[in-house]
Amino acid sequence: MTVGKQVKSMLGGLGVTFRTMMKPAVTVQYPHEKEEVAPRSRGVIALKEENCTVCMLCARSCPDWCIYIEGHKEKRPPRREGGRERSVSVLDRFDIDYALCMYCGICVEVCPFDALHWSPEFEYSEISIAELLHDKERLNEWELTVPEAEPLELGAEIKGKKK
Amino acid sequence: MTHLVAIVDPLMHTFAKSGFSWSFLFVVIIKVLIAFVLLLVGVMVYIWGMRKWIADMQNRIGPDNAGPHGVLQTLADGIKLFFKEQTMPDSADRVVFRIAPYLSILPAFLMFCVVPVGGTVSILGHKTFLQVAELPFGAMWILACSGVGVYGVMLAGWSSGSKYPLLGSVRASAQLLSYEAAFGLGILGALVHAGTLSTREIVNLQAWSGIGSIFRDWYWFPAIVAFVIFLIAAVAETNHPPFDLVEAEQELVGGFHTEYSGIRFAIFFLAEFMNLITMSAVATTLFLGGPNGPMLWPSRLGAHGVINVWLMPVFWFGAKVITLLFGTVWLRASLPRLRYDQLMSFGWKYLIELAILWVMVEIAIEVANVQSWNRGVAALIAVVAGAGLYGILMLCVPKPGEVVEEFR
Repeated sequence: MTVGKQVKSMLGGLGVTFRTMMKPAVTVQYPHEKEEVAPRSRGVIALKEENCTVCMLCARSCPDWCIYIEGHKEKRPPRREGGRERSVSVLDRFDIDYALCMYCGICVEVCPFDALHWSPEFEYSEISIAELLHDKERLNEWELTVPEAEPLELGAEIKGKKK
Repeated sequence: MTHLVAIVDPLMHTFAKSGFSWSFLFVVIIKVLIAFVLLLVGVMVYIWGMRKWIADMQNRIGPDNAGPHGVLQTLADGIKLFFKEQTMPDSADRVVFRIAPYLSILPAFLMFCVVPVGGTVSILGHKTFLQVAELPFGAMWILACSGVGVYGVMLAGWSSGSKYPLLGSVRASAQLLSYEAAFGLGILGALVHAGTLSTREIVNLQAWSGIGSIFRDWYWFPAIVAFVIFLIAAVAETNHPPFDLVEAEQELVGGFHTEYSGIRFAIFFLAEFMNLITMSAVATTLFLGGPNGPMLWPSRLGAHGVINVWLMPVFWFGAKVITLLFGTVWLRASLPRLRYDQLMSFGWKYLIELAILWVMVEIAIEVANVQSWNRGVAALIAVVAGAGLYGILMLCVPKPGEVVEEFR
């Protein structure tokens, strides 16, 4: 490499730092000011209880086994007069242990009834590790913080029903 | 070249005329103390400024919790280091290990002593130069002190009784000795113009006489190559990035101060930055006209008022030093560290040769001025002769990959 090229590259490096110096800092002083997270960021998983059918798909697909589900069947009156009694699954317990969760999002992907959603909230650290087990009520509260679903990207189609 | 009369501090005249008095001693002590405290505070502020500037260059904020805008961060770090445990390896040479930090900080301060900070002022009724000591051989003093500075680093590494510090100090002494030559030749570039070794006289010769002085009277432009060489060599002499191989932590842990902790480590740290400030001050003195600069409103405030005698020279001196220090921070933020062979080949193969050539050209022009020869012809002959010498020298150097029988 020639000397001229070396000097040029050195001056180039100095130029980059000088231009950067003219720009403001990107630091966010976290506890004092809150960071704006990305719209699809994975903060916490929220549960929409009325959509859940206790199918156990999420619990079974969870690599960490951090989802605990218990439910029972109940008989409901038939839809039409003289029909057979319907049986519905009722959710008794739905816990996610965030001490174990690795935020892979497979449960959200796998849920066939859109009962699980990502929420960008992230401020739920606890002093005691046991309190990271969020029960069904807590998970329902997170549902309030779930943002509106982003519009589908160009070319993406709704699976299943075809028009 | 004009004939010069040796300049003596007016304080010495008073001493020779009226003999010893206590106020005389006071003036000397006050000057020493103020210089020392100013250097220490300067280091503190410089470290803070450096961290802030580097943070700016990296899109960060930097220290901002201790004091307003984090000014007291260095103080907090210093206090922390002061109260930390000091360890010493069993295999260390105990006496030398203790002395080494002071050996490295002392030359930095001693070098600053000959730097003129301001003009002639009167303290306690005594007229004196605003500098700690005016030596008739100031430039030699600067060279000597930067040479002695190697000892602190070398002895620290040797006395640690541990391998990485030893390697670091061997590197340090090799690097510092290599660049010492280029450093000295760079200084020579200014001395050839000035024709004197006294720093006060060098500064007086660069006196301000209008905006053209920046290019005409200050030596940085007439001796531009020497100035650049001096800056590069000074950065290498102070172990500052991109020449900080002495403490290349990827290779040597911490370099020569690996085994140091607590306040002894802090003193090394202090010495490094004090050296940086001192080198900037020396560059200001030799090449940038020292405290010379335009007066502030001489018609209204008076050329001999407090502001133009005390404040403005110190202001100009400080402004120049701070500009140079910003340059060092800029280098630190931008340039990656050199490889060891790059450092050595750059120093020995290019820098020293270029410095010798430039000094030859400058001397030829200076002699031509005195003898009223044609300056252009003299410079041309010097360049041709120098280039011829350099060519012969380069022919003797083995090419990369070439096997030389004697060296096998």
